[in-house]
Amino acid sequence: MTTTDLPPPGDLPEVQIDPAIYRHLADAQVNVELDTGDMILSLGPQHPATHGTLRLVVRLDGERVIAADPIIGYMHRGYEKLTEYRTYPQITTLINRIDWLSSFANEVPFVHAAEQLMGIEAPPRAVYIRTVLTELSRIATFLLFLGEMGLQVGAITPAFYGFRDREYVLNLIEAVTGGRFHPNFNRIGGLKDDFPWGFTAECRQVMRRVFESCDTFEDLVLGNPIFEQRTRSIGIIPPDLGAAYGVSGSNLRASGVDWDLRRDAKPYLAYNELDWKVWTHPDGDSFARYWVRLQETRESARMVLQLLDGMPSGPIMAKVPRIIKVPAGEVWVNTENPLGEMGYYVISKGATGPFRVKIRSASFSNVSILPWLLKGVYVPDIVTILAGLYFILGDIDR
Amino acid sequence: MTHLLLGLQIGWGTTLAIKTLVVLALVPLSALILGYVFLLKMMSHMQSRLGPMDPGGFHGWFQLIGDGIKFMQKEDLTPADADPRVFALAPVVVVMSTFLIFVVIPAGPRVQVSNLNVGVFYALAVSSLSVIGVLMAGWASANKYALLGALRAAAQLIAYELPLVLAVVGVVVQAGTMSLQGIVLFQQSGNLFGFGGLGFPLILTQFVGFALFMVAAQAELTQPPFDMPVAESELVAGYMVEYTGFRFLFFFIGEFGTAFAFAALAATLFLGGWALPGVHGTTADLLGPIVLFVKIMLVAFLMFWARFTYPRFREDQLQALAWKWLIPIALGNILVTGILKVAF
Amino acid sequence: MAADAPPEAETEAAVAPDAAEAEPVAEPRTTLLPGAAALLEKLLARLGDAVIESAACYGDAVVRVKPEAWLQAARIAHDELGCDYLSFIAGIDWMPTPTVAGAEEGSGDTSAPVQPRETTYGVAGSAGRFQVFARVDSTNAGAGLTLKTDITTDTMRVDSWCSVYPGADWHEREAWEMYGFAFTGHPALRHLYLPAEFEGHPLRKDFPLLAREVKPWPGLVDVEPMPGEEPGDDEAAVEA
Repeated sequence: MTTTDLPPPGDLPEVQIDPAIYRHLADAQVNVELDTGDMILSLGPQHPATHGTLRLVVRLDGERVIAADPIIGYMHRGYEKLTEYRTYPQITTLINRIDWLSSFANEVPFVHAAEQLMGIEAPPRAVYIRTVLTELSRIATFLLFLGEMGLQVGAITPAFYGFRDREYVLNLIEAVTGGRFHPNFNRIGGLKDDFPWGFTAECRQVMRRVFESCDTFEDLVLGNPIFEQRTRSIGIIPPDLGAAYGVSGSNLRASGVDWDLRRDAKPYLAYNELDWKVWTHPDGDSFARYWVRLQETRESARMVLQLLDGMPSGPIMAKVPRIIKVPAGEVWVNTENPLGEMGYYVISKGATGPFRVKIRSASFSNVSILPWLLKGVYVPDIVTILAGLYFILGDIDR
Repeated sequence: MTHLLLGLQIGWGTTLAIKTLVVLALVPLSALILGYVFLLKMMSHMQSRLGPMDPGGFHGWFQLIGDGIKFMQKEDLTPADADPRVFALAPVVVVMSTFLIFVVIPAGPRVQVSNLNVGVFYALAVSSLSVIGVLMAGWASANKYALLGALRAAAQLIAYELPLVLAVVGVVVQAGTMSLQGIVLFQQSGNLFGFGGLGFPLILTQFVGFALFMVAAQAELTQPPFDMPVAESELVAGYMVEYTGFRFLFFFIGEFGTAFAFAALAATLFLGGWALPGVHGTTADLLGPIVLFVKIMLVAFLMFWARFTYPRFREDQLQALAWKWLIPIALGNILVTGILKVAF
Repeated sequence: MAADAPPEAETEAAVAPDAAEAEPVAEPRTTLLPGAAALLEKLLARLGDAVIESAACYGDAVVRVKPEAWLQAARIAHDELGCDYLSFIAGIDWMPTPTVAGAEEGSGDTSAPVQPRETTYGVAGSAGRFQVFARVDSTNAGAGLTLKTDITTDTMRVDSWCSVYPGADWHEREAWEMYGFAFTGHPALRHLYLPAEFEGHPLRKDFPLLAREVKPWPGLVDVEPMPGEEPGDDEAAVEA
């Protein structure tokens, strides 16, 4: 852990920091007094490896990182505050934008929380369709990762394959919800619509493509000796430390922790009715993270096929009052999103909107391990590690 | 004093002017050809890219022209902290080294700008001049990414100049000359177990050298898997990061022109160059460039195939590869060649 | 949005006939999953009177500990209960939400929630306005605990969890800038999301959301008449 020389805060509740000092705090964080030996490199906020507006202030000795300090907040939109001014149906529109690559999966835990507080249960068909769409967004997110990771280690081709194959999945999502990125399809008590005509056949076909695409990535990227050299034993996260930092999802499973909220959390969606496997890898390095995500993409495609086979018939909306008022109470719902654990702690006081929503987003905690993880690596490995952790800026900054 | 060009008698001044013009035209032309055929078309097919296949209708023929127009329109920016003179000179130095390589490459018995008797040596020497331009660019940009990229390029050059030269030594030993024209003639006049129909392309005995040459050339060209100085995902664009518009285009021309030149060197050294067995004189002068071009495109295809497929090494892994593998193998290759040369 | 509803439709009585089946069931509210129950039992045994109150809430255990036992609770959870995973640490401000101008109860504006005026505290109660709550999970047992503690308004500080869960660093920085209470033992409480010059603590309930103060919710202004409805109703609703 990095420390600064700032004096400990006094009795005042607010710690006063002189803005002039703040400008150099990033340096202070790593105890730098500028000297000729080291170089301070600011990666981002506009840098291709940061997928947006993450900034890393890195202190370099040659190409070796001595200390790194992530600076976040360039995209802070204050969703926790905004939710307090909105009604429950309005909030799903907001939280779509947290992790914008898997928006549908963001909606599910929140809607689930509201449903639990209201004592409503979505009908089985709605639950199944939700599960299908959540897994589809997982596949879309991971396909992008599988290509993107190749790009970050210098191979351009996988990135295009990733984008191309993701598009097939996004087309499916668009066919159902009308939106490629921000479906806003969940309603409290069910869904807006049923599957369109012909969706099942189309979906099966795309899942076949996903399997093929996974095989391609396995050959092209995972099987490449240079890729292996670049990612093996790079950015090893020990399981206990990863958990204590709150690293979750595939990142933690790649460290050998057999923990998947789809199986281990309070039961949600239709996962209990499916036959599937949690993939783990003992190594904990970037290679393991790639491997785990590759296997999970296949597993998700398998789950989608199972779900399509077992799709129940019936309505897609439960009976819900016209104006949604959620009884007082509080509930914590966490789900396994593509990037890791996504959770909402919803506190209601009986109004049409929540009193407080704590949004626990996966990337925030996943990235918080960076100062520890980046110590001592080379500049090219920063990129590999960032790509391997796989974060979305909206998911960090909320 | 008169010189002979295609059998015509013209004055040395005219000859010089023609030769200069040809080289000046060849470098950008070769860069455009490679850029068009491989960067735009082959890559689009390999990566299922749609963009470069679209403009202008048939196979996106307009894309390259469009790119050119775009580069012309860009504002010529110099960073405030940059050293403006060095900054402006750097791309010129890079392209200069490309021009200089073209001088010694033979495209026919008489189609050559200058037949130096140390042609191989000269070509490899001037090709490494480009790193001076790269260092200048990195330093003058006053940008940390550019500096890191430039220093990587310098480190890479030191590691890769050696296997590049050593890989060629086998060819020189076998042909017994350092003149490129001489090496081509050696390959043309050779025979395969008494069959002279193919000549004797040196790749048959120097395949190890050819492989080493291709790997080292890839590193020299800073193409993936050895593109650490550019490394767009880490260093954004390395030493080129501050360049815009026409100056950036200069780097582009330098990169692809050098790729063409190295492909030509490989074709000349290992694949027989312009030579067709049994074809001599003016016919060879006319057919030679075409034969050479076909061979260059074959070699360039290999280069770009690797470029589009492989991920990037890390700087230290590249050094390890060069010093632990390539150089010992190259030395072994020279040893074996020398022994066999003496024995037969 | 549904500005069409007459004011009384917002009351419980008007909702009830439509939502007869959706009446909240009291039962799932107080259930406790076996994994959480085991964790709760162990924590209660270890902490003794340091626990002020504990409750079951939709299968989870919510434990409110005394502020001085906050760090100790984390140690016990991490070392003895096997809760190796830190999900989040966050603050909460129980002050009633100040009413947004124009969005009073019965104004017909259903685009913004109208929160009750009286102060109520959530599950496991609170001693005052501010609380810190955290969620830890056990990756082995697949269960977790929600821990809460009160913050005394005169000191406005609580122990930091950084020594137990290094991941607490960022969460505490966020809570510090959003609510303004400090964490004793935190290595560097500096701004995480907001610029250094930022004044105030945005997630406190008395920090106004300026966008809402200066401009009414656009959904209220641009409302389109529902099919088969008089457009005049909406204008009346806006003016009200």
